[in-house]
Amino acid sequence: MGEYSIQELTSIFAMQGFAGLSLFSVLLLMALGLAIIFGQMGVINMAHGEFMAVGAYTTYLMSVISETYFPWFTQYYFLFAIMASFFIAGILGYLTEFILIRHLYKRPLDTLLATWGLSLIMQQTFRSLFGAREVSPTLPDWLMGSYQPTDSIYIPINGMFVLGLTAVVTIGVYILMYRSNWGLAVRATTQNRIMSGAVGINTKKIDRLTFALGCGIAGIAGAAFTTIASTGPTSGSLYIVDTFMVVVFGGAASLFGTIASAFTIAQAQSILEFFISGSMAKVLTLLTLVIILMMRPEGLFSIKVRK
Amino acid sequence: MLEVSDLHVSYGQSEVIHGISFTAKKNETLAIMGRNGMGKTTLFKSLIGILEAGEGSIKIDGEDVTKNESHQRVANGIAYVPQGRMIFPTLTVQENIETGMQVSGMKRVPEDIYALFPVLFDMRHRKGGNLSGGQQQQLAIARALVTNPKVLLLDEPTEGIQPSIIKDIAKILNEIQQMRDITIIVSEQVLSFTMAIADRLIVIDSGKFIHEDLRKDVDVAKISKYLSV
Repeated sequence: MGEYSIQELTSIFAMQGFAGLSLFSVLLLMALGLAIIFGQMGVINMAHGEFMAVGAYTTYLMSVISETYFPWFTQYYFLFAIMASFFIAGILGYLTEFILIRHLYKRPLDTLLATWGLSLIMQQTFRSLFGAREVSPTLPDWLMGSYQPTDSIYIPINGMFVLGLTAVVTIGVYILMYRSNWGLAVRATTQNRIMSGAVGINTKKIDRLTFALGCGIAGIAGAAFTTIASTGPTSGSLYIVDTFMVVVFGGAASLFGTIASAFTIAQAQSILEFFISGSMAKVLTLLTLVIILMMRPEGLFSIKVRK
Repeated sequence: MLEVSDLHVSYGQSEVIHGISFTAKKNETLAIMGRNGMGKTTLFKSLIGILEAGEGSIKIDGEDVTKNESHQRVANGIAYVPQGRMIFPTLTVQENIETGMQVSGMKRVPEDIYALFPVLFDMRHRKGGNLSGGQQQQLAIARALVTNPKVLLLDEPTEGIQPSIIKDIAKILNEIQQMRDITIIVSEQVLSFTMAIADRLIVIDSGKFIHEDLRKDVDVAKISKYLSV
């Protein structure tokens, strides 16, 4: 680090830190969905990354359609694309639960395999429909450019937008989980499925909605993803490992744990990547994670009660 | 109010409940007494729908619920306080009660619940898992009551609870009986407890009912003999 001046270092940290925030946003959106589904049903959804890709491709399609047929719409389509991504990924998730997952409850290994198979099927479908080349939607002008607080610091506007979107979604999920009847039913089912049924909660309906919501949030993550990288058939699977790390490190069933762990992992990787190579950064992050998890197996945050 | 006829329940190949039939009337408190392993908990689990009935039928208020899932039976008017309480440990006391209100559509915890269980009001923001055994038992009863049941099932409510609290719980159950039109069915091993609340006592042995008495006719020595090993 010796060859950098103090001012340069500050700028590097600020910009890499901000790049980390964009990564944090996508990771957090992905992890939220995965954690909700895992907490509620004990299902590890290997196809979660592909639901993100569904959102990304939806955004791409909306961009192409509005460019070709409704040129006046290109400045606004993105906001609708986010909603469309949510609903399309959510509906696909709902169908997946109905057709596949609900027959495999209480068989964790089978769900793992089945969802992995589903992810392969979805990847091939993307390849057949959109080609193997990576695609990017045309972003509206207001998402381009950057904000320059000092001479050497550039903060991209799309990154700030993604951060804002993530904040909105996270707050929304928090309100749903902790202030709504649905959230109460989810939290009760997470703790004791049989007893939840015996106090009158329709756990199967809750499962289906939870799975749909988790996948829908992955769809939003996909829409956000298109602003920071281009989308290919395997984009989703690149993120799934990091997302699992976030969920395990944060401690499942803890919203704040998920946020804190997504932040730590994204920042560590992003800042380290500048000084050492990307793969070394990953090795260091993973090693640290493993050591921390050895000392705190239940993750960063876990709720303590008498057992 | 609750009619059970020729109920058979099995775990895989081994049948545990061998054709039980009984009727519990409105406003009646029925106690099912028996030693460990005689099928009390199995019977209760099949009544609430956690275990499937192999044969026979269960009717609540004339409505056949034998094929219904647990949450539907709760909507049909049956509520369940399981052995070992099974409250939700990381939900607060108030949230625990609210889980039971989803089916009855109530928005606020009714006042009479907190009037029955003042200790739950004091602790309503604490996590359920941090309550003592007796408090958790009261919470489990409150959670069942807010579903507005016609039939309340309690599986060994005195298990692991100190004698003075057992007396409180008996008092609470008698109050509930007077406040509401409700049928209470309780499984027990503690005879003094059932003598304080029940109108009728049935003894279960190896999955069959072998003895039945109204409380006023109960021969305590005889039932004690059934309960001792």
